[in-house]
Amino acid sequence: MATDHEIHLRDRLTRLRSLSLLGGTKVSGELEKLQRQLNRIQTAPTDEEIWRSVELARHQDRPYTLDYVERLLDDWVELHGDRGRADDAALVVGLGKFNGRTVALVGNQKGRDIKERTHRNFGMAYPEGYRKAMRLMELADRHGFPLVSLVDIPGAYPGVAAEQHGQGGAIARAQALMARLDVPTVACVIGEGGSGGAIATALTDRVLMQENAIYTVISPEGCAAILWRDASEAKKAAAAFKPDAVHCLELGVIDGIVPEPEGGAHTDPDAAARLLGESLQEALDELDAVPPDDLKRRRRAKFRSLGVFA
Amino acid sequence: MSSRIDVSIEHRNVPEPPGKQHPNTCPECDSHYRDDELEAALWVCPHCGHHFPMRARSRIASLADQGSFAEEAAELRSEDPLSFFDLRPYTERLAEAEMNTGLGEAMVIGSAVVDGTACELAVMDFSFMGGSMGSVVGEKFSRACDSAAERGVPLVSVTASGGARMQEGILSLMQLPKTVCAVEDLHDSGQPLISVMTHPTTAGVLASFASLGDVIVAEPGALVAFTGPRVVQQTTREKLPEDFGLAEQNLRFGHIDAIVPRPELKPYVSRLLRLFSSRNGD
Repeated sequence: MATDHEIHLRDRLTRLRSLSLLGGTKVSGELEKLQRQLNRIQTAPTDEEIWRSVELARHQDRPYTLDYVERLLDDWVELHGDRGRADDAALVVGLGKFNGRTVALVGNQKGRDIKERTHRNFGMAYPEGYRKAMRLMELADRHGFPLVSLVDIPGAYPGVAAEQHGQGGAIARAQALMARLDVPTVACVIGEGGSGGAIATALTDRVLMQENAIYTVISPEGCAAILWRDASEAKKAAAAFKPDAVHCLELGVIDGIVPEPEGGAHTDPDAAARLLGESLQEALDELDAVPPDDLKRRRRAKFRSLGVFA
Repeated sequence: MSSRIDVSIEHRNVPEPPGKQHPNTCPECDSHYRDDELEAALWVCPHCGHHFPMRARSRIASLADQGSFAEEAAELRSEDPLSFFDLRPYTERLAEAEMNTGLGEAMVIGSAVVDGTACELAVMDFSFMGGSMGSVVGEKFSRACDSAAERGVPLVSVTASGGARMQEGILSLMQLPKTVCAVEDLHDSGQPLISVMTHPTTAGVLASFASLGDVIVAEPGALVAFTGPRVVQQTTREKLPEDFGLAEQNLRFGHIDAIVPRPELKPYVSRLLRLFSSRNGD
């Protein structure tokens, strides 16, 4: 029995296939991908499914930014430092060839073992990291390179130095810079899209999400601690604020869902990279068709349209 | 789990003084005042200078020339896109906030004249759900930018916020890029944003439009932090500096231009408005 919800989403997916979204492009993916998304949607709305996304998004073997860089970019050159204070290892930036074309890439980077996790501060950037990303964005704009952003951050870092170095302002200015860029920009949430730390590098023409990624205003634990006064109610919180890709697509927050191999990206990183690469290329192709003068205007119009009110 | 807690949003708990105190009792010097006494003193303790929270309507009255304020978008109300239910339904919290504050949302916008210079005002009210930013606050701020651009006047924002409104989930996070894009459009029109940060200006509001002011000032003692001291302390177990996260520290580290006591705010803002309005020598 199809529920109303399912009919609604099925209808929506059908429309997405044929109709233009904001900015005049189609949702990422072919019929087969959409069918997979639809199959997933049929079982997705359960709280358990949402929580499974949370767990997969945080899976210790999930591919991180550099795993994708290795598989998708040729001639990769990582660049370092914010030219002011430090080089933040939690956010990597660099240049590489993507399907033969030079792109600028920024991405949050977590660590595999305890040593690397500490070195990379569990993927949580300091203000220096956002400033490094801004340096690369300016470079991309100067030379006409498209910007690709891979988002995978549990949340902005709650530390003394992060505050003293101006974390709030850095996140605000990184977004403001992205709103000014004249080059095509694409972001994909590849794991955790946590709060201000995520949006700092995700104000882009196209925003994608991997099938099992999450995009949240606050971590489920943080939300539970505040609203339920008990961090162990994280499952309830996740079920309530619906951080999964399907709901984000439904709310218009993202433009497309990037499929993952069965069982999640960590089961087959090569396949996950291939699927991500296809979606990124598709997005860049669409953006190439947009007159450069229009990119910025449409980008701002898209974000300015987000919200639900009466 | 505390190390996993994302602290970008801190509702409510941020500004509460220890213990249950009457809101009109000064937390610094224990002096107690009637409402009308504090209103007459701009909600600044006449004895020690402590800045009490100031409601949006009082703030507007303190900045705008008498009778000059014309409110815009007052009819906007939040919806409940996620049917959000924590310990209570979001719709119930909204209704209660409106009943208690007499406001439709946590921000009031409109056109005004300050010491003879026209501008647009966008003023937040912490009493409405901790000044949290959901779709309506984002939309109102966005419209304030457009209104300022259309009339060719500067925008003055006065912030007081615990951050994004969790009950609207990811859509509340999207109000960050939304307001940022609105400021960029305002700037492209040639008009400035003057950002006044009051206690507390934190998390999502600090990480978006409030930090994009051409000039940023804060009130004395205001908490201006992405993550408040309580959460930083809990998460890192670091010993915090005395003035951690306060306006004074922000001034020292170069994040704001000035600390302006409330009685001096109107003349300060009007001086800036005059400076920005006479760029072409007129």
